[in-house]
Amino acid sequence: MMIHRQWRQGLAGIGLLSAAAQGMAFDQTEIERGEYLSRAGDCVACHTAPGGEPFAGGQAIESPFGEIFSTNITPDPDTGIGNYTRDEFAAALRDGVRNDGKKLYPAMPYPSYSLIIDDDIDALYAYFMEGVAPVSNQPESTDLSFPFNQRWGIGIWNWFFTSSEPFTPSNDRSDELNRGAYLVQGLGHCGSCHTPRGLFFQEKAMNGEGRDFLRGETLEGWYAPNLRGRGNQRHPLQRWSEEDIVAYLETGRNDYSAVAGEMAPVVAYSTSHLDEADLYAIASYLKSLPAGKGDEAPYDEQADEQTQAMLTHADVDGNTGARLYLDNCNACHFANGKGASQVFPSLEGSSLVNAEDPTGIIRVILSGARMPSTEKRPEALAMPDFAWRLSDDEVADVANFVRNAWGNEGGEVSAGQVAGVRDKLPEDRLSSEPTYID
Amino acid sequence: MAKINPPVDVVLVGLGWTNSIMGMELTEEGLSVLALERGEDRDTVPDFSYPKMADELTYGVRLKLMQQPAKSTLTVRHGLGDMAVPYRTLGSFLPGDGVGGAGVHWNGHTWRPQPQELRLKSYVEENFGADIIPDEMTIQDYGVSYEELEPFFDYFEKVAGISGKAGNLNGELQEGGNPFEGWRSNEYPMPPLARTHNDTLFADMARDQGLHPFPLPAGNASEAYTNPYGMQLGPCNFCGFCERYGCMNYSKSSPQTCILGALKRRENFSYQANSEVLRVELDSDGKKATGVTYIDSEGDEIFQPADLVVLGTFSLNNVHLMLISGIGTPYDPVSGEGVVGKNYAYQMNGGSTLYFKDKEFNPFIGAGANGEIINDFGVEQIDFAQEGFIGGSYINAAMTNGQPIRNMPLRSGAPSWGAGWKQAVQETYGHTMTIGSHGSNMAYRDCYLDLDPNYTDDHGRPLMRMTFDWKANDVRMTQFMKQKIDTLSKALGPDDYKLSFKDFDSHYDVRPYQTTHNVGGAIMGSDPSSSALNRYLQSWDVHNVFVMGANAFPQNLQYNPTGLVGALTYWAAKAIREQYLPNPGPLVQA
Repeated sequence: MMIHRQWRQGLAGIGLLSAAAQGMAFDQTEIERGEYLSRAGDCVACHTAPGGEPFAGGQAIESPFGEIFSTNITPDPDTGIGNYTRDEFAAALRDGVRNDGKKLYPAMPYPSYSLIIDDDIDALYAYFMEGVAPVSNQPESTDLSFPFNQRWGIGIWNWFFTSSEPFTPSNDRSDELNRGAYLVQGLGHCGSCHTPRGLFFQEKAMNGEGRDFLRGETLEGWYAPNLRGRGNQRHPLQRWSEEDIVAYLETGRNDYSAVAGEMAPVVAYSTSHLDEADLYAIASYLKSLPAGKGDEAPYDEQADEQTQAMLTHADVDGNTGARLYLDNCNACHFANGKGASQVFPSLEGSSLVNAEDPTGIIRVILSGARMPSTEKRPEALAMPDFAWRLSDDEVADVANFVRNAWGNEGGEVSAGQVAGVRDKLPEDRLSSEPTYID
Repeated sequence: MAKINPPVDVVLVGLGWTNSIMGMELTEEGLSVLALERGEDRDTVPDFSYPKMADELTYGVRLKLMQQPAKSTLTVRHGLGDMAVPYRTLGSFLPGDGVGGAGVHWNGHTWRPQPQELRLKSYVEENFGADIIPDEMTIQDYGVSYEELEPFFDYFEKVAGISGKAGNLNGELQEGGNPFEGWRSNEYPMPPLARTHNDTLFADMARDQGLHPFPLPAGNASEAYTNPYGMQLGPCNFCGFCERYGCMNYSKSSPQTCILGALKRRENFSYQANSEVLRVELDSDGKKATGVTYIDSEGDEIFQPADLVVLGTFSLNNVHLMLISGIGTPYDPVSGEGVVGKNYAYQMNGGSTLYFKDKEFNPFIGAGANGEIINDFGVEQIDFAQEGFIGGSYINAAMTNGQPIRNMPLRSGAPSWGAGWKQAVQETYGHTMTIGSHGSNMAYRDCYLDLDPNYTDDHGRPLMRMTFDWKANDVRMTQFMKQKIDTLSKALGPDDYKLSFKDFDSHYDVRPYQTTHNVGGAIMGSDPSSSALNRYLQSWDVHNVFVMGANAFPQNLQYNPTGLVGALTYWAAKAIREQYLPNPGPLVQA
């Protein structure tokens, strides 16, 4: 798939001078609209270092090529983007080009942001010039090894893999679906995590026309699940209603699941701040994407009932994983594995539990999980950690049990894999280990 | 000279149920609110996590979540002529400690009083004549009516997430609920908990006897629930570790599960744990509080200026702070003058343990507020003149746990040690159920709280002194219940049962656990000469001090206090928001 690339020319006139240089004053509603759009784009997530000022950059973004440090996008003229004109700002967002002409690494999701329409660029510009406090902060510069330090190479990559056409609504679908497509493909840059990557680390598809679009990908050991929602299979988004998707994005939890891993901050900083009309637009768009071949996972009612019967009767002799489940997990997730609506996530059919790469489920068992606190559901409901209590063998046993209980179809987990994940757990994590036992 | 913090609009002393509610209500007004909690910060994860909470020795016996007497306690005596001695080992009652307070370790029994209990003195006088009130009994009306409080009971039940069955919806009696309760505007937020074997046995028997059994209103969620603040409860799994424990499952109503997550999001709210308030500071004429002095986690003494002070610590500590700070006139039991410390009351309980050789109760399947109740012998159901006492009880068959250290009921006559004991335990465990009476306790001239003349705490402040003993009126009440429970026990046909009730020789004993329903001492009412707080829980003497908690009860209900404490807090908060803030000053003219 080759996409014709259109080079954007700086326009004469107002766009040549930065807002700061002109002492511009933007309309307050435009600034607020820009703030909202920045939430939709989740700019703050990557452009804020842990404990740092919002948007002042310095967050390390892991890539297969090394760490890429995000830049300062506050309007500070020296270290931030205060000197950017509106069109330089647009070029950074859509084309991945800095105002000194150098190319940004595609850790910046400009292949998605290229869809942002002019009106929204204007609003974002207004917000980043006047709605964000300038912070003087020079983040660490990205220093990848050869050949990835050759930024000119990105130009070739761009030529192959990106487009620069802003989003145009399709007459074939409703306004809501168009809005959803725009948010998902563009600002939301959902494909950055949820679309499989190709040989050159490009997203295999940038919109719903590609059958790989949002079909699921593993990143940092977390499975970013298949988001193609049309179909009657067991995959979460096929099973979820639009209301379920909205609840998940708005509150980090729904009747089936709760957010964990890399998606938790996305809900906390981005999707929980979107209005319901936009969330429904996103949901309806995701539900419109047909499931692809090979995405079948029919619900196995018989297997579900067998597991429930075994756990209900505590018929677990010789099945260490099932016994450990009763002793450690059953209190909240129950014998039916379905937990409780909005409170305890279901393990049956869960994308985390069934993921090909078990790193995510191992991490949750070892270090627990915590939902984000959101406006509508303020409690950061948490699962405690079991790293202090279960050995590598035991974690593997219980993971193997849940990955094959109730009709789940996850692959085998070894104690060695558990040990590997355990080694990488942060040392300063919150632990429920009793401290009064000497 | 103490350090001085920047001023805040409101300082909340303590961060349990009442001040969590106050925090929500007052931050909604845009006020800057700071809560100071003397205990540690606690949250479900990691502090109450599975499985460490299911540790009876640590939490059930060594009482890790409770206030430690070595740091804070009071002295106790039976009568005016006695020398009080410190309550050095927790026994009779267990004040909580830390963020969430006693709301962390309670069982979740969530009641509304019967309407007449809120105007008990008037009710007795109108129906039975003032002369049936014994001379030394000092019961009073609350100064607020059930009708006025109904919306606040309703809202607290929604916030706390209570599982139950209404018996009286807007005056219409409902099958399966308590026909003797005051009217309620709505059904409980959740259906009752699943029934255990003892519940069913008791309910069937009670119905056969023409009585009216109903499920105990439970602060244990029967299903997944979201409250008006968006806070969530998960379904209780009957783990049997409720009272004395924090809930590991987000299932028990508590400040943590129902309020604090929402409150902590508010930018105008902040709180500090390990910060013990020593006293409320008053201006030179003693009419207005200027703030509080506290000791922070570093041991520094700090003055926190504030325009409004809300005391929301445990009832006993609220009274202590008032006495220490000189808010209101201390009560004098000889002259009957003064109000602070007056009408301390407790709870008169008794019970029966029934042994059934052939029945298995699986007591480890328990929930804090699991139980079946009859209220046929409640305060409003008894002819006080005929029976010769004022008061009443609810009667319950509850099964909360099968914890192995403290829940080893034995048959009467069983040895208490050795091989015989082992044999007896083996026979009895899992084969017993209980029927209990949870009764009112009246207020008396010489049951009160004051400052101890001899003992001081580690800050050099005088300890508070409790003067309390059982009185004949309340013993007659409990003996009445004993007869009823004897009949009920027999009707269940156990192989053996034993009754345990106070009698006329009984004196208050601080050693065995009885209940943590310590009430009164800073009571509410309509007259500043007989109450410390007005009907809005505002100090009559220092108008910018409000005092939340069961210390406001002029005598004790037949019920557990939390439902009324929650409702009174919302009632007071509304008065603060709508009347006090626009026009600070006494809300009721003395």
